[in-house]
Amino acid sequence: MIAKTLRDRGSYLLFLIPGALLLVAVILVPFAMNIGISFTRWQGVGDPKWTGLDNYTRLLGDGTFWSSFQHNLALVVAMAILPTAIGLVIAAALFDVIGKRFGQRAASVLRACVYLPQVLPIAVAGIVWSWILAPQGALNEFLGVVGLGSLGQNWLGDPEVALWSVMGVLLWIQIGYPVVIFMAGLQRADPSLYEAAELDGASWWGRFWHVTVPQIRPEVFVVLLTCTIAALKVFGPIYVLTRGGPGGATNVPSYFSFQNFFEKTQVGYGAAIATVLTVLILILTTVFLKVQNRGERA
Amino acid sequence: MKRHAVLWSLIVLAVVMLAPFVIVALNALKTPAQYASDGPLALPSDITFQGVIDFWDRVGFGQKLLNSFIISGSVAVLAVVVSVLNAYALGIGRIRGRSWILIAFLVANTLPQEAMVYPLYFLAKETGLYDTQLSVIIIFTIIQAAFGTYLLSSTYAGFPHELLEAARIDGANKWQTLVRIVVPISRPTLGVLFVFSFIWTWNEFFLPLVLLISNDTQTVPVALGVLQGQRLMDATMTSASALLGVIPAIAFFLIFQRTLTRGITAGAVK
Repeated sequence: MIAKTLRDRGSYLLFLIPGALLLVAVILVPFAMNIGISFTRWQGVGDPKWTGLDNYTRLLGDGTFWSSFQHNLALVVAMAILPTAIGLVIAAALFDVIGKRFGQRAASVLRACVYLPQVLPIAVAGIVWSWILAPQGALNEFLGVVGLGSLGQNWLGDPEVALWSVMGVLLWIQIGYPVVIFMAGLQRADPSLYEAAELDGASWWGRFWHVTVPQIRPEVFVVLLTCTIAALKVFGPIYVLTRGGPGGATNVPSYFSFQNFFEKTQVGYGAAIATVLTVLILILTTVFLKVQNRGERA
Repeated sequence: MKRHAVLWSLIVLAVVMLAPFVIVALNALKTPAQYASDGPLALPSDITFQGVIDFWDRVGFGQKLLNSFIISGSVAVLAVVVSVLNAYALGIGRIRGRSWILIAFLVANTLPQEAMVYPLYFLAKETGLYDTQLSVIIIFTIIQAAFGTYLLSSTYAGFPHELLEAARIDGANKWQTLVRIVVPISRPTLGVLFVFSFIWTWNEFFLPLVLLISNDTQTVPVALGVLQGQRLMDATMTSASALLGVIPAIAFFLIFQRTLTRGITAGAVK
């Protein structure tokens, strides 16, 4: 009997072979190589020279590295925190007010409008916006037409403004994702809780905060986690919108490592940046999953 | 009264979300001369597809579309196959150490591509796969399959046991059970997975940017992104390029909308 179970398991193992081989060859080995490279000085050709922790100590003293992480925090706000908060309100309004009083059709049309930017290739979204935000672009033109011309800016070219502009673009891209997920979550919310809250005379805001949000807590966690990770990895919009500029004002770790890999050919240093970013993402994922598990058990 | 305030504010929001698409379309259909005289907000006085056609010819857009279809289509098919095989072993076979294997796939899905890009670039050059579509297909097959394995394993863990047992009694081996029972029954989920893998691969930018450098291999987003970076295009051509990038995305969105919303929900709650 035991022998048979073992044989059974053995033959299922065969099905895992293609996936496991790919996983090792394409993900795990390159990842391990990257960590190895981060302990060396290497131009990409010739032999890497072992330098121990040099790249990492250099990172600690590198202002560009620290500011790139600060910009990353701003992007977490724009891509995770704001979309989650605004997405909750939009989803609740669509589900609660529009869906119930104006019909499901109206709700799904509005939802589709909000979701549309999500399906764009991020590079294409970047092209659309870099053109709208150009000094002679549509936004400044629009401000002039409505008499607010004095608010016009060099949106992507001014170091004071560029990061805010990038944040705005990312918010536009990101907002549809939480809305769709939260609306789906609300479908399984218990209607009797709403009725009870209504009988108790709870305001819309009170119901939102005490009934709606707690019911879709799992979705909120998933959205916060996936959006935060996405924010830490942002590359495409920076590449297309600003190339990290002006003067490094919108540089992020991902783009910073890319520059070191392929523009400055400081491969070891780039690998160290990428490794730090990875560690950060893995820690964050673990913490989120732990908190989520605890929340579910409670 | 208050209800209408909510409705109107959401309509305003929808307009703001759509405005960039409208502006791009407006200017892609203008002549450069009209753009110069009337600016970006004016309606096109006479609609011309010249800007779109010029851009199409200049970058060989047909080739880029074909490249994107070949890469995304191959990845979607292969990623579904690999995910099914993995999930069959993990979810139904319940092989030993499955939770660790599942975590490995989950981590693979979470790792930033920056932490693999240089070794992949180096290995691709060593193996002669650099600047070939095959390299990108192989890499994204496993990246998308990592997500698929995670999604499908939990679906397969709840697969009705009686069906598997019945197939076994009928003398089907594991391979036949997979092909004749498990795959047909899970077809809706596989459809979702196919659509996701296709669109995600279509939209990928970072690794294709590094690995595909020649005109014959580049995908649509990479070609557009690189051109944009060179800042050689005038305003109407830029919006023509953006329009050409937007159209396939909207087409997929309309075609796949139902599957997509269903799929997002499937992925969200484990």
